Amino acid sequence: MIGKASVRGAALLAVAAMALAGCGDSGSDDSSGGQSGALEGRGPIKFATGKDTSGNMQKLVDEWNTKHADQKVTITELPESADDQRDALVRNAQAQSKEYTILNLDVVWTAEFAANQWVVQLPEDQFDLENFLEPAANTAKYRDKLYAVPVYSDGGLLYYRKDLLTAAGINDAPKTWDEMQEDCTKVKGLAGNQGLGCYAGQFDKYEGLTCNFSEAIQSAGGSVLDKSGKPTVDTKEAKDGLTFLADGLKSGEIPQAAVTYQEEDGRRAFQDGTLIFHRNWPYVYAKASATDGSSKVNGKFDIAPLPGKSGPGVSTLGGHNFAISQFAENKATALDFIKFFTSEESEKSNLLATSQAPTRANLYDDADLVKQFPYLTTLKESILNAVPRPQAVKYNEVTAAIQEAAYSAMNGKSSVDDALKDLQSKLESLTTQ
Amino acid sequence: MTTTTAAPPPTTSGASKPPAAKRDPQRHGRLAALLLAPTFVVLALVIVYPLISAIRESLYKKSDELDENGFLPKGETFVGVKNYTDMFSGDTGDRFWNAFWNTSFFTVTTLFFEILIGVSMALVMHHALRGKGLVRASILVPWAIPTAVSAVMWQFIFRADGVANEILHSQILWTTEGFQAKLAVVIADVWKTAPFVGLLVLAGLQIIPNDVYEAARVDGASGWKQFWRITLPLVKPALLVAILFRGLDALRIFDLPYVMIGKRKESVETLSMLAQDEASNLNIGPAAAYALVLFVYVAVVAYAFVKLLGADILGEARTRTKEIKERKARVATA
Repeated sequence: MIGKASVRGAALLAVAAMALAGCGDSGSDDSSGGQSGALEGRGPIKFATGKDTSGNMQKLVDEWNTKHADQKVTITELPESADDQRDALVRNAQAQSKEYTILNLDVVWTAEFAANQWVVQLPEDQFDLENFLEPAANTAKYRDKLYAVPVYSDGGLLYYRKDLLTAAGINDAPKTWDEMQEDCTKVKGLAGNQGLGCYAGQFDKYEGLTCNFSEAIQSAGGSVLDKSGKPTVDTKEAKDGLTFLADGLKSGEIPQAAVTYQEEDGRRAFQDGTLIFHRNWPYVYAKASATDGSSKVNGKFDIAPLPGKSGPGVSTLGGHNFAISQFAENKATALDFIKFFTSEESEKSNLLATSQAPTRANLYDDADLVKQFPYLTTLKESILNAVPRPQAVKYNEVTAAIQEAAYSAMNGKSSVDDALKDLQSKLESLTTQ
Repeated sequence: MTTTTAAPPPTTSGASKPPAAKRDPQRHGRLAALLLAPTFVVLALVIVYPLISAIRESLYKKSDELDENGFLPKGETFVGVKNYTDMFSGDTGDRFWNAFWNTSFFTVTTLFFEILIGVSMALVMHHALRGKGLVRASILVPWAIPTAVSAVMWQFIFRADGVANEILHSQILWTTEGFQAKLAVVIADVWKTAPFVGLLVLAGLQIIPNDVYEAARVDGASGWKQFWRITLPLVKPALLVAILFRGLDALRIFDLPYVMIGKRKESVETLSMLAQDEASNLNIGPAAAYALVLFVYVAVVAYAFVKLLGADILGEARTRTKEIKERKARVATA
């Protein structure tokens, strides 16, 4: 008969054994640094990317697969939201899994993935980076070494109701915040326009708020982190930027509901005709021009570069880069595929299919493309002047701190000065290198 | 055929337990242990090992000092109880206590409303004459929808230009910070789980024999008195089990506030959301510490429920074990 004492003893032994087993495997040593030059191996690879609604990615992959039957590329679709994509890629890297070969990284993840040695350094001499938009190329570097290749870019644009402005006697889009406010007053002075909102961006507590907040500070002449990576949010320029947003909400120029807006909410509000000015990404152009009745502003709107405090504003740089996972095999195939995907023909086909901003500079000057996508010239200007969000290794915590400060100042929970002072000290502790 | 066995002679050491063969002539205990062993192994793997691992993990912290090449060092360092002491002090302390308060608030409020609505639902279902099956099936629909899906649905309803504001003729910003965010989460949660409580209570109601009610009616008791004096006490075991399950579930609430309101919003951040936030920042040590604190909180509440309120989860099994023990004791001393 198994006595009580022996059962208890066996259980304790089992628990102790498991605890000891748990002790053994922390800090598995993988001493290979992220040096380039070790890009070897050819064979089938997996390409991890977010959802591609246009289908063009699959078309390009099929084109590659027909030419390289022994080095097939398979697309692995990641969840739609950027946060979930990052979680999936991080989990893959922490398990040191060979599952994903090419990673589709958001521009703000380069530093984190490079510092954790989850992606390999790429040979810069094999890419003609001088033909790419410079701000986009800079997001692919960590400590001046190339870790990814820019594929898609993105910059903020100001969408405005051309019909309303013309009716109020204004011919050009505003270049400064004061001009925008005056334009709004004139437009609202006309009959029937009282209920319109003046301006809205993305002000919910999420990544979009970091973009809008950075843009406001940059457009006032300041910066979130300076060139050497030190936080500079306690300057007068930063205060001007945040005050523009906070005062806008207080005075009603920015409608109260805007604090719940993400990209789609703002787009819907603009398309329903309830906003005069709207800051959003280029994808809205195609949606707002829809002729199927979903957009009330079709043909009535135009785009312009963002306004700033005393001159043109500075947009946040968005976009995606492709990197190669440290733990994958067949890295040489991956490198060649990236070269193929970022070639001029591929990028042109992407632009035609998805209307997302390409990273090759000459595509913006192509006459046919400009005719088809009238916003290309404005978009190029926006991207060339764009500033990326803070390139920090602990980007997740940096963006959380920024969202906290911006959200509480804009909702009146704390004053602009207090919020920025708090943010400065938090950023200082997060960016000590 | 019974055999009278003489009581074994008392041993000089004063041990009162008879030898194994006398206690269990058919070796039921050994067979039972063998048959249950696979289950215990699985339970140990799925419950005990992660728990031990989490305890170990909470004593470590990843270093975030970059080396001269700009790379983060791999592996973790032992920091002892620093993760726990950090949790209760400074900024993180404020965030922790806020999450603790939110968790407790949600648990108490949702439980209160779910019991109210659940018991009423159960009474209605119990007395419904037509379409009993259809009513009972359809009442479970909210419970059957995955929480994340219903959270997205309620997010649509609570949008600034959504249905809720239309019906109330208001312009409340439900998903921003403030009491309205808490209210939105409570409404969505009660909608989802009141049917669950209702169903458990219904099961308890059906066990109550009808003659008790007849006798009460003969004695002239009013409907309310019947409910208060007969129904409630007799349904107490089922109700307490429902409260226990719901309470423990509510303490772990995560998906509803996360999907409906958003991350890092002070009004609705709960302890689970705090642990998940830390984990997504790859601070596994502190995340494990938060998870363990939540575990202790839930364990304490469960213990309080069982001991103080007498939630009888073991039911008959406990009384049977007690009877067997008493019988054996009597045999031993006879």
